[in-house]
Amino acid sequence: MALYFPLQDTEQDALNIQHPNDLRIHSLETFGTHDGPGVRMVIFVQGCQFRCLYCQNVDTLDVNGGTMVSIDELVTRAINQKDYFGNKGGVTVSGGEPLLQRSKLISFFKKLHDNGINTCLDSNGRLLDNDVKELLHHTDLILLDVKHIDDDWHHKLCGVSNKPTLKVAEYCESVNQKMWLRYVLVPGWNDQPEFVERWAKQFTGYKNVDRVEILPYHQLGMHKWRMMGLPYQLTDVTTPSTEIKERVLHTFQKYFADVRLK
Amino acid sequence: MNTDLSLKEFKKGAWNKNIDPADFVKNNITPYEGGASFLQGPSKKTLRVWNAAKVALNEERINNGCRSINTEVISNITAFRPGYIKRDDEVIVGLQTELPLMRAMKPFGGIKLVQAAVEERGLKVSERVADIFNYARNHNQAVFDAYDSEIRAYRSNHVLTGLPDNYARGRIIGDFRRMALYGANVLIEAKKFDYVNVSGELTEHKVRLREELSLQINALKDMVVMAKEYGIDVTRPAETAQEAIQWTYIGYLAAIKEQDGAAMSLGNVSSFFDIYIERDLEAGIITEEEAQEMIDQFVMKLRLVRHLRPASYDEIFGGDPTWVTESIGGQFHDGRTKVTKTSFRFLQTLYNLGPAPEPNLTVLWSNDLPEEFKSFCAQVSIDTSSLQYENDDVMRCVRGSDDYGIACCVSYQPIGKRIQHFGARANMPKTLLLSLNEGREEEKGAQIINGVPAIPEGVLSYDLVLQQFKYALSELARVYAKSMFIIHYMHDKYYYERAQMALIDTDPGIDIAYGAAGISIIADSLSAIKYAKVTPVRNSKGLTVDFNIEGDFPKYGNDDDRVDNIAKEITSFFIGELRKHHTYKNAVPTLSLLTITSNVMYGKNTGATPDGRKAGESFAPGANPMHGRDCTGAIASLNSVSKLSYEDAQDGISNTFSMIPKSLGSSKEEQVENLVATLNGYFGHGAHHLNVNVLNRETLMDAYNHPEQYPQLTIRVSGYAVNFVRLSKAHQLEVIARTFHESM
Repeated sequence: MALYFPLQDTEQDALNIQHPNDLRIHSLETFGTHDGPGVRMVIFVQGCQFRCLYCQNVDTLDVNGGTMVSIDELVTRAINQKDYFGNKGGVTVSGGEPLLQRSKLISFFKKLHDNGINTCLDSNGRLLDNDVKELLHHTDLILLDVKHIDDDWHHKLCGVSNKPTLKVAEYCESVNQKMWLRYVLVPGWNDQPEFVERWAKQFTGYKNVDRVEILPYHQLGMHKWRMMGLPYQLTDVTTPSTEIKERVLHTFQKYFADVRLK
Repeated sequence: MNTDLSLKEFKKGAWNKNIDPADFVKNNITPYEGGASFLQGPSKKTLRVWNAAKVALNEERINNGCRSINTEVISNITAFRPGYIKRDDEVIVGLQTELPLMRAMKPFGGIKLVQAAVEERGLKVSERVADIFNYARNHNQAVFDAYDSEIRAYRSNHVLTGLPDNYARGRIIGDFRRMALYGANVLIEAKKFDYVNVSGELTEHKVRLREELSLQINALKDMVVMAKEYGIDVTRPAETAQEAIQWTYIGYLAAIKEQDGAAMSLGNVSSFFDIYIERDLEAGIITEEEAQEMIDQFVMKLRLVRHLRPASYDEIFGGDPTWVTESIGGQFHDGRTKVTKTSFRFLQTLYNLGPAPEPNLTVLWSNDLPEEFKSFCAQVSIDTSSLQYENDDVMRCVRGSDDYGIACCVSYQPIGKRIQHFGARANMPKTLLLSLNEGREEEKGAQIINGVPAIPEGVLSYDLVLQQFKYALSELARVYAKSMFIIHYMHDKYYYERAQMALIDTDPGIDIAYGAAGISIIADSLSAIKYAKVTPVRNSKGLTVDFNIEGDFPKYGNDDDRVDNIAKEITSFFIGELRKHHTYKNAVPTLSLLTITSNVMYGKNTGATPDGRKAGESFAPGANPMHGRDCTGAIASLNSVSKLSYEDAQDGISNTFSMIPKSLGSSKEEQVENLVATLNGYFGHGAHHLNVNVLNRETLMDAYNHPEQYPQLTIRVSGYAVNFVRLSKAHQLEVIARTFHESM
């Protein structure tokens, strides 16, 4: 099946390299409480190569969209908000896919650390190169979305393979990078008991995983698809029933100490 | 003064030599750093009394917000025989009238307003009372005798509104603790001593002071009489916790039987009560359940405070508020916390009796408050939306006292040491339009300000508009100051607050609290003129009816200095202008950025503004950013407001923060943590005030449609809390439309 939005493979390098002092961002949420611990400034960056059928921020996909904001301005904003972060909070870069702007994020995260601000990446683990490794070195916590454990299903659901994601997960484990795993639970797509079990088994031995978050699928982002004239294919998929949520929660709890159903 | 108080149990200090409850508290308080687990639920007695009260409250709601009115008696301290809710179960007694929620006439603020309020309910003021005012004068009448045409024009054209010129000014907080700590006899002796010392060559001031002292002494004597009818002897100091609370309440009850000021605040009694409670607990005289019972029942009384108001009053002060503001927490100058177990007990009433708008519970937030207390406050906010927060670190340092309460919504007032004259507020966006329309009112064209030149055709010039606006503001300040002088002169003359003043130091310092509405519209309008291209659209009379805006501009509420600094500059300029004018009794001018619920009424009466706001659209409340214009989330919005300097607006900078529960975090624990972090951050930036609402919009919609199912649903609006269902439908919709921070 054709992707609903082109992959933009060639353009993505430009996103990482050009305008080294600016981030291409979609929007800013200064009171983020759902993407990492505590109160966080969340920067939603622009550009993603996953084509998830349930994407709730489909307006962040286009690597040429969004607006350029200077890294220094974002650092200043974060400093202005530092008092609100408390002991746990900080800055999260979400998206879009942050790793597409990995080289710029290195300098951003370094500057945040220079100012004593906690850094968090919310990623689907699209790629792993030396820049990503260096970025992870300056990242306090990575929220890694592993959307399906079966590669065929992952392709069907997200348009791309899950192999890079699993590699990122493995790398994080190897360097003991603190990580929360996230699982967007989509009925009929990734709630199959055998896959849920396999997913959990894949990561249960990872000592770097502090928490697993189950994010029940919702249709709150659907209107964006309509606005962009894109065909939303999951119109008939409903938010998971309590029964499904409880079942997945129960499975995960067999393998992980801290599982949160959001 | 030298009196033997023979209270050997308490640690002695300056309070034994002078009337000084603050010193008593400092010497005897037991600061509490622990958690909430000691708290008890409501006692059986409390539940029985509260159930009886709820029946009365329901009758009031069904009867269109007024249970009954006494139309025969002019209320004062000794008016009415004792009233009870459920006498056998009441551990703290006293009602304003003989029946719960029966409203009384206090016509010295303005007989016309009382007549209007009574007649709207299909009743009539008794002939006897009406006839008295054929001979006696009242505040309202006297003020209008002294107003000039300029003040009248500003008033009738909605440039100055909500002036306390036809009702009581309120805001003066008696130190009601004095009644408990000293008893009436000592207080009377102290006032007599002060009277004798007003001596030497007489001046107008001294003559007036003697008359005031005589009135105060009479008030104290009347309090003794009133208490005696309840079988209580307040001539001596209170000895037990029950007596301390009861005595204090007698002092407060005297004030609210005699005065119906917009705000009749309570002060900071909780930690004072705690000293007596701790002593009784230690002596084994009472249990924790009984301690909580006294606080619950005291608070219940405060929930039943009522004043007689006409419907027109609701536009400015929606939802029938009384502002029984009680300040809780804060720190002493010496670094100790003022938080006690009774601070917790007061908050616990919101669970034991359910959420409620009154008393207006105000947490004095300091970075140094005990962590457990911070968490409990956040939890109570999340569960009840009934708390507001004010920056103790800022107020204590800038204003100087560590024994202060909050008058009305948000205003600092050292208890028993200083008072405040209330001054309503000025419509700044309307003033901006005056400056763009040659000083004419934008709707009807009445000439309000002279000497404003016509603005050249075409795109507005920022420098020119700023210059003309500042001139208009200076004229506004001049007229505003004049009106306040008249109002407070006449209020003292015809409706002096003898009950509160009897419990305050003789001849205290005074603040005159001016107010301004619409700061966010001013900031955005000037920002639009500066950073975009704004062209007025004028009608045939040359009056602005709309504005064409080309291009984007920074908007207040996004932590953007370019516009936030405009809000700051204008606030600073306006208070500077106000400070230039004479004030009655040499009061010190202060300014608030506060609207109560009048932001809706102001909007209705104000034409289109250069920020793109259409004619008639509501203002944002207080110092809040305009609805929907803060688009980078809650903290950017809070940061913008926090830039306004408290030095410029010492009467208060009100901000109302509405969150859906989920946006605060997924679990209750996270929500509490995140709210505490938010409050620490906001106040750490020097911000002054925050109302916290944690509610789903759907709940409000459902309450809008089915009010009968939400009798206790409480929300915070600008500077106070209300029962949502008692707001007018227009106000309800305005609240629902307001920016809810709901990122997910």
